Amino acid sequence: MPAKRDSHSPAGKSLPERGLLLLIVLVLLQGSVLPLGAASSPNTSRNDYVDNPQVKVGKSNYTKKAFPVLTLDYHHIQAPFEISLWILLASLMKLGFHLIPRLSGIVPESCLLITVGLLVGGLIKLAGEDVPPVLDSRLFFLCLLPPIILDAGYFLPIRPFMENLGTILMFAVVGTLWNAFFIGGLLYAVCQIQPANPSILHKIELLPCLLFGSIISAVDPVAVLAVFEEIHINELLHILVFGESLLNDAVTVVLYHLFEEYSGAGTVTVLDCFLGIISFLVVAIGGVLVGVIYGLLAAFTSRFTSHVRVIEPLFVFVYAYMAYLSAEVFHLSGIMALIACGATMRPYVEANISHKSHTTVKYFLKMWSSVSETLIFIFLGVATVDGPHHWNWTFVTVTVLLCLVSRVIGVVGLTYVINKFRIVKLTTKDQFIIAYGGLRGAIAFSLGFLLKKDLFPMREMFLTAIITVVFFTVFVQGMTIQPLVELLAVKKKQEAKRTINEEIHTQFLDHLLTGIEDICGHYGHHHWKDKLNRFNKKYVKKCLIAGERSKEPQLIAFYHKMEFKQAIEMVESGGGFKMPSAMPSTVSMQNIQPKKPPPAKPVEKAEKAPSQLPKGREEEIRKILRSNLQRTRLRLRSYNRHTLVADPFEDGFDDLLIKKQKMIELEKKIKDMNNYLTVPAAPPDSPTMCRARLSSGKDTDFKPAQQQKGNKTGPDPQSYRAKPESDSVPTIHVDLASPQSPDSVNVMDEFRRAGQQRGGERGEEDQGLMMRPHKTGEGADGKDPQKLTRCLSDPGPSADEEEDQPFLA
Amino acid sequence: MGALQSSPGQPEYVDLKEKTGFSFSQIRVLHNRFKLLSHNGETLKRDHFNSIPDLACNPIRSQIIEAFFDRRNFRQNGEGPVDEIHFEEFLMVMSHFKAPSPRMIEERESVRREKLRFIFNMHDTDNDGTITLEEYRHVIDELLSLSEALEKDTAKGIADAAMLEVASTSMGHMEPDEFYEGITFEHFLKLLKGFEIELKMNVHFSMMDTPTFCK
Repeated sequence: MPAKRDSHSPAGKSLPERGLLLLIVLVLLQGSVLPLGAASSPNTSRNDYVDNPQVKVGKSNYTKKAFPVLTLDYHHIQAPFEISLWILLASLMKLGFHLIPRLSGIVPESCLLITVGLLVGGLIKLAGEDVPPVLDSRLFFLCLLPPIILDAGYFLPIRPFMENLGTILMFAVVGTLWNAFFIGGLLYAVCQIQPANPSILHKIELLPCLLFGSIISAVDPVAVLAVFEEIHINELLHILVFGESLLNDAVTVVLYHLFEEYSGAGTVTVLDCFLGIISFLVVAIGGVLVGVIYGLLAAFTSRFTSHVRVIEPLFVFVYAYMAYLSAEVFHLSGIMALIACGATMRPYVEANISHKSHTTVKYFLKMWSSVSETLIFIFLGVATVDGPHHWNWTFVTVTVLLCLVSRVIGVVGLTYVINKFRIVKLTTKDQFIIAYGGLRGAIAFSLGFLLKKDLFPMREMFLTAIITVVFFTVFVQGMTIQPLVELLAVKKKQEAKRTINEEIHTQFLDHLLTGIEDICGHYGHHHWKDKLNRFNKKYVKKCLIAGERSKEPQLIAFYHKMEFKQAIEMVESGGGFKMPSAMPSTVSMQNIQPKKPPPAKPVEKAEKAPSQLPKGREEEIRKILRSNLQRTRLRLRSYNRHTLVADPFEDGFDDLLIKKQKMIELEKKIKDMNNYLTVPAAPPDSPTMCRARLSSGKDTDFKPAQQQKGNKTGPDPQSYRAKPESDSVPTIHVDLASPQSPDSVNVMDEFRRAGQQRGGERGEEDQGLMMRPHKTGEGADGKDPQKLTRCLSDPGPSADEEEDQPFLA
Repeated sequence: MGALQSSPGQPEYVDLKEKTGFSFSQIRVLHNRFKLLSHNGETLKRDHFNSIPDLACNPIRSQIIEAFFDRRNFRQNGEGPVDEIHFEEFLMVMSHFKAPSPRMIEERESVRREKLRFIFNMHDTDNDGTITLEEYRHVIDELLSLSEALEKDTAKGIADAAMLEVASTSMGHMEPDEFYEGITFEHFLKLLKGFEIELKMNVHFSMMDTPTFCK
């Protein structure tokens, strides 16, 4: 890599370094502003306070000063200013890390961010100022945590989550309980040893120890997300660790409150334990219920937003946040509420909101969660520098050790039990990764921060130990998990995009397995899932999804989604189609269609059925086609709803009119695609149907079929190349011929032969909206180019030979 | 209960166990189910499957039932449909849904082939070794048959798109006048390579001690 960099021009080489320098300067600036801000504010506020009575009293003897042209009034905007500064710092840091190429590969981002936090905290301390209490628990739990959890919940992959729910719950509930009691108990035991020289440790009682254990035992979703995101581990392990980190919140909440409550009293009775269990159920189920209710509310609201699309994303966010806050009101598990809300509302909301709103929701969630995560780690660093620390070697080392040991034992023990019930067993490698992925993070720290000093004299020691554990897990485990994953050759995430065949077979398999279960008479997993799906389809969808989409089966929804995605890609690429570099396949629709009997001559066909194409029209078409053969490129400038420029080679005004009308119709259809209203049920609006009708000339929507032929303006494959001088208007070449008719095949052949010298032709059939792929960056494997044409395939000829294509002789 | 009825004794179970890989308890449970479905008869016919109420709502029920009566699934290298099956054949078909034991790579590969073969046979209704476009369309039609809002052409479109995908990935280059006959088994394997079917196509046989009743 260094060699490569050397080969670049000197300018290119220094750019990232320059950027880095700039960043460092900015950081230093910010680091210095903050203490300045902290310093100036008390002064100014004091001055103000002093001034005010003076002004009031001495109104009469108001001395006139020169009018201040420029004043400094910092405290007026201090709070928002500082918040913005922190956010800016966080974002710039994130930018910076990606400018340094090697670093982001070795060290996970979370470590770097903590380091930055340490630096900034150190700077502030050096400046002699008080470090602002950034990791204030309220700020953390109310502002920083919800975006991350909502992002996780909204994009939670439901299928693997539900399939592994039993395992996840086992790890979350039983695992966390085991961790808490093991760590707490053993810590207490360790603290009690050495009765000879009584140390400060002896003062710690059992209950605070257990409380400490419960704080430190919970796997942290933020840390897990941050680290696991970068290692791209396979879906199963990811969902296991991540799901566990999300669901153990309920356990943590209950244990925390239980022990905190009774630490004052000093004892916990059996009744309390029993109440604790009940409380756990209430907290967990209540949290989920609250989330589901808000989720359904959000889904229901989104049903009516078709006229005010702009605020659709807002509903998603606000309802979710309300769910979180409502759960927190009752001390229910806010995290579970948030997850339930996001997961519940997603399928319905996505069916209702526009494509743009969907993008907005996605990007806002990602943005907020990203900023939140960065801020959390930086604050962790800052708070470390700040917080009063009480370092006790024994306590801290024992804690770290116990955390590791208890995690390993817990995972191994639980897996042994779980594997009896799982079809796909967890291997040793899996267990290792699960155990190793049990990272602790900011939640533990914030919970520790919440402890009251008077009840817990050992608070500082606890905090120090918590911070040490967090640092240890994030730094040591976070940094080494990537090489370990490579070393152990753990399966990585499959990057391939979902193909339509896989979707078909997923559905097929679902039904098949349900059927087999029914035959065996076993009410298994699939049976209940199927029942839920049917219930969903029958009742819930009708309520929550607007319009026709409520009846759309999943397969069709998937298909339309893919079509739409590729339409967008195509439009975004500006109509420029490059040759797909990988896997150029010349397979086209015609290759898979069953062979038809030898085509009857067009003349015969014209005799067979009344020709719908009058002679004059035919001549025009032929003229157009011939002229296209001579031109290297022909495009129909269309798809700009404001300008519908006529093709200069078109003669015949009626042709223009027809085309214009076609364009408007088609464009309307495509616009409708935006709103997911292309449903099979109604007079089908999908482009496929539209094209099918156009090509088969059967439909009544448009003017009589004759005009459609007029649109066959040279399906010149060459026209899909991006012109160097292309204008900004993306073009779609609309070719409405059905590819199946033998005549059109001939046409294609002609063109192909004509255009053969242009090299590397793809003899791809034109079918309706022929959207050739423009090789996009994301996930474009060799299959992508194929997919475009595939999914926009003409539905094919209807079986009946009505196709009148008295086209070319 | 087992000894009193006319059930195969232990030695037959041993034979079945070896052939299918089920455990004794699993075989016993499935045998009870078989007897329940066939009303204590020796063989199971297609009509017997109609007595399962839950199966009626399944969109691909006819294909599932056909799979039970398809000789290709009996692992005896036969072909063509039969009209009635014995317990052994029932068990053979069921054995396709056993979970693979977490063992070596080779075994996983063969397990995957076997499961995909089962699905392939379900699609390939005319036993010619390829899934033609018509057959594939039929599959998709069946899948979508339960939803009321169905237009034929979207289903056709989906089938065409899927077929084109298979053809593209398997064949690569085809002349315009060549014809892609249909999905062969090898293409099918290649198509669903990333699907991890050996992990998905499993039914939990060990937990089936409480048979549900049918009409």
